[in-house]
Amino acid sequence: MKRRSLLSMDDLDRQSIARILRNAYRFTEVMGRENKKVPTLRGRTVINLFFEASTRTSTSFELAAKRLSADVVSIKGAGSSVEKGESLKDTILTLNAYGPDIFVIRHGGVGACHLASRFTDAAVLNAGDGKHEHPSQALLDLYTIEREVGPIDGLHIAIVGDVSHSRVARSGILGFTTMGARVTLVGPPTLLPWRAEEALGVETSCDIRDIADADVVYVLRMQHERMGDGGYVPSLREYASRFGVTHERLRPGQRVMHAGPINRGVELSGALADDPATLIERQAANGLVVRMAILYDLLAEPSAAGIAEGVELADAVAA
Amino acid sequence: MAAKVLVDADQFKRTVARIAHEVVERHAGADLPLAIVGIHTNGVPLAARLAALIGEFTGQAPPLGSIDIALYRDDVGVGEGRRHAVPVVGETVLDFDISHHAVLLVDDVLYTGRTIRAAVDALFDYGRPPLVQLAVLVDRGHRELPIRPDYVGKNLPTARGERVTVHLAEIAGTDEILLESAGAR
Repeated sequence: MKRRSLLSMDDLDRQSIARILRNAYRFTEVMGRENKKVPTLRGRTVINLFFEASTRTSTSFELAAKRLSADVVSIKGAGSSVEKGESLKDTILTLNAYGPDIFVIRHGGVGACHLASRFTDAAVLNAGDGKHEHPSQALLDLYTIEREVGPIDGLHIAIVGDVSHSRVARSGILGFTTMGARVTLVGPPTLLPWRAEEALGVETSCDIRDIADADVVYVLRMQHERMGDGGYVPSLREYASRFGVTHERLRPGQRVMHAGPINRGVELSGALADDPATLIERQAANGLVVRMAILYDLLAEPSAAGIAEGVELADAVAA
Repeated sequence: MAAKVLVDADQFKRTVARIAHEVVERHAGADLPLAIVGIHTNGVPLAARLAALIGEFTGQAPPLGSIDIALYRDDVGVGEGRRHAVPVVGETVLDFDISHHAVLLVDDVLYTGRTIRAAVDALFDYGRPPLVQLAVLVDRGHRELPIRPDYVGKNLPTARGERVTVHLAEIAGTDEILLESAGAR
């Protein structure tokens, strides 16, 4: 039987997002105990497959799986058969022979996780596919906002910078709007998606002053590596002077987020990056419990016997 | 639907009071302080009632906690019978030192014993209680594990196809125990 996957934030409705955020909060209690491990996913196998560089995401997924007692194998692109030219399809088919319950995949190609999910009955969790999506980041951002700022419904969130090349932004926009937030994209026109208003249900602005009304200012990393030959901005210095987020451009009470890694002095001033009042450290810390909640959500579906015994269930939506 | 009321609100109240009396009697003069821990969902308000009644009878209410067993189930992700749902994870609150209390676990219905197995496992992740006991409102039989309650509100011989439902005022608005016969759902 094919397991449920999480490939896009579009796979999750409001109820499912709320359930994952609620369970993430439950896991904070587990993380506060002396014994931080629960036996929930014992006997389940998690394969982390990271074809692209990652610190936060790969570490937190590995630790999340271990805290839930799953067996974890983490494979980096470098040092694996991928270096010998093995295709994604063959890699998945090979690893599938070991009977994993879930693949957590980070890949540079848009749609790589969709493709992978065609070759396995295991769940596939998109941990970032090119400039497409990064749902676990969106969920931990939603969780961070809900815990630190308040209910997301009705909040105004400004997303500043390189929206076009950002999987964090794409998944974030889907998650924020699903939960009822108002979203404004702010950046140079070359870095905003075409006709974002109709396509994504957001507002757009090319003036950094328009962040003034936002409760949360979400700053995006300039994605040099995805910009190719460039031509998107005249120079990083020019970008920083027009759109760099600094203390001077914020009003009191606005909360700043950034998914990291930060280009200091480009999209975010060094002083702001070091300011403990931002939510950046909380985002990194919350990654663990949110990723535990996602693994739980995809793998913890109960048995027929459990259902017959009357276990209390929260409905999940099919991917 | 063939649902029969087996215990009404009055009998319900007397049954809970009787369990509280039995607990007080058995723990009178014991060295170990008693703590009451409800198992989610229905065990939580039941535990609160027992703690309040014991407080009434002895002048001192024991510490009260709650425990959720979703993360300790024995059927998580095993692969058959999956539908697009996951067990609700409830809140676990144990803000007393369980290693120095006699812990009384409280649940509404004792059936296969699997929930209690999970609750005991969960409890031991928080410490090493010197004594663990079990109080249930209904024991409906059909145990699949060597688990036995210390306090029983009502022994209820049932068939496997039947369904015992406990309604609590705190959750459902009324206190009652219902028996639904096979095929009723």
